[in-house]
Amino acid sequence: MSRRDDTASWAGAYAPYDLVKELAVAVGVIALLAVVLTVLFSSPDDRPSTVAQWSRQMPVDFTTTAVAELDGSSTTAGYGPPYNHNGDGQHIGPVRLQKWLGVSHPIDTANDYVIDPLRSVPGNTALQRAITAYQTAPAKLQSTWTDAYTKALGKATTGSGGSVNVAPGAYGPVPVMMNGLLALAQSGGLDGALLTSRQFYQTDYTKPLLFMADGGLLAQRAQAQHLLGNQWGMMNETGSYPGQSWLWLYTLWYQIEPFKSSTNADALVMLLMGVLSLAFICVPFIPGIRSLPRHIPIYRLIWREHYRAQQGT
Amino acid sequence: MSVVPPSKSSWTARTRERAVDALPPEKLLPDGQPTYVASWIYVFGVATLASLIVIVGSGAILSLKGPAWWHVTGVGHFFNSIHLWAVELFFFTMVIHLWGKYWMAAWRGGRARVWVTGAVTFVVAIPAALTGYVSQQNFDAQWISTQAKDGLNSVGVGAFFDVTDFGQMYSYHVLLLPTAVIALVVAHVLLVRRHGVVPPFTLEAKRLAAQPPPVQEGRATSAADAPPVRHGAPS
Repeated sequence: MSRRDDTASWAGAYAPYDLVKELAVAVGVIALLAVVLTVLFSSPDDRPSTVAQWSRQMPVDFTTTAVAELDGSSTTAGYGPPYNHNGDGQHIGPVRLQKWLGVSHPIDTANDYVIDPLRSVPGNTALQRAITAYQTAPAKLQSTWTDAYTKALGKATTGSGGSVNVAPGAYGPVPVMMNGLLALAQSGGLDGALLTSRQFYQTDYTKPLLFMADGGLLAQRAQAQHLLGNQWGMMNETGSYPGQSWLWLYTLWYQIEPFKSSTNADALVMLLMGVLSLAFICVPFIPGIRSLPRHIPIYRLIWREHYRAQQGT
Repeated sequence: MSVVPPSKSSWTARTRERAVDALPPEKLLPDGQPTYVASWIYVFGVATLASLIVIVGSGAILSLKGPAWWHVTGVGHFFNSIHLWAVELFFFTMVIHLWGKYWMAAWRGGRARVWVTGAVTFVVAIPAALTGYVSQQNFDAQWISTQAKDGLNSVGVGAFFDVTDFGQMYSYHVLLLPTAVIALVVAHVLLVRRHGVVPPFTLEAKRLAAQPPPVQEGRATSAADAPPVRHGAPS
């Protein structure tokens, strides 16, 4: 059986056309447009937050987050893969890709965010004794101390110099540790400590970013810039710039049920967008969708000059 | 000067012959277009291509000076802004181009691969842009990366694609994903040149009707079974 030649040239009339000139003109016009938009609007570049900035501006929030990292109650501590085994992560029915692909970027929040940085502080015997006391205490006692301290932080006040003042209580060595960590953070030392790795050069910001994301500073700045999830934030960027507007459909699902309130919202939205993307690629093969353009005569508008010329002949 | 006759076993000769057969020079760089190619909608395809060229050009300048340059110099910020707005224009023109091609049903006449390469380009361009946003080293990068990680982690992608790892994202953004986008666009444009611009609906019906009747080998049942007919462009 023979097949029609799909690459056969058009047998009708032709008009002169300069492909290379068209491309050159288009590059010129687009470059000019980009320059005009640059001159008019520039581009956003809000300075990044640092752990030092966070600990100075919001010392109570910083300390509360640090205690949660220490006792394993923070978002990162209970995240699961790819950071730890403290949760299974999200799933779609019986499919648990997050769990199956395992822990690739291990984070032990107590050691990575609190114990190890404090151990690196030289010349502070009281602090080192407090760490040892905490580490050698039974788990139940550790929880008693951190729970009580977390509760006290709810009514804490900020002292001069950015210190945190809580009501006296049975917190064990936790206040000494937290004051030590706060001082380290406010000096800028914790920013460096969280980036320390086995090699000299470092480009992986996973640990400090997750630590900051557990606290309130990033979210506070994001809310002010309309970047939260419930503010369609995934397609926005700082300022009044268009951002990633092409993510509008991805963002839309998070605003409506059942995704909005689902504990597996991210996995469900990713699955849905994966299916829709595949359908988009396969449009020529989907009955109904591929026939729609023939029945909705937008093509008459597109080729109106051609049809007009046809009617004239 | 003697000319060496082409050898049938030469990979080079066979590659050249297949390339020229698939895309003869007059098809690759035509100086004429069918008269139905007369609408503003056609501008958006070449505008997308032009935007990509501006993106690559401005991105190359930013790469030459390193990722911190644009934060500390006015010239660097200028080129970053050019890069950003070229990306916005790229997506804007590509979306209109895709909508236009949908309403033309531009996959007709064996052009499905043209649509598929265009659609895949759009899908691949999204992570290409995302890796740019998370490589900015500013507050946008911090916030977008800490939010995007949850979606990627939820389906296991985060195990090998860490949006909070600046080094990995920068590599993806300046090399791997642009290479993929450029390769797809090249394939897309070559396929357009090979198959030609899709003709209008009714014209295509007339064209098929004008072709010789199907060859009666067994049961040829539709116009799609018609024998090959080569139409030469009028001189």
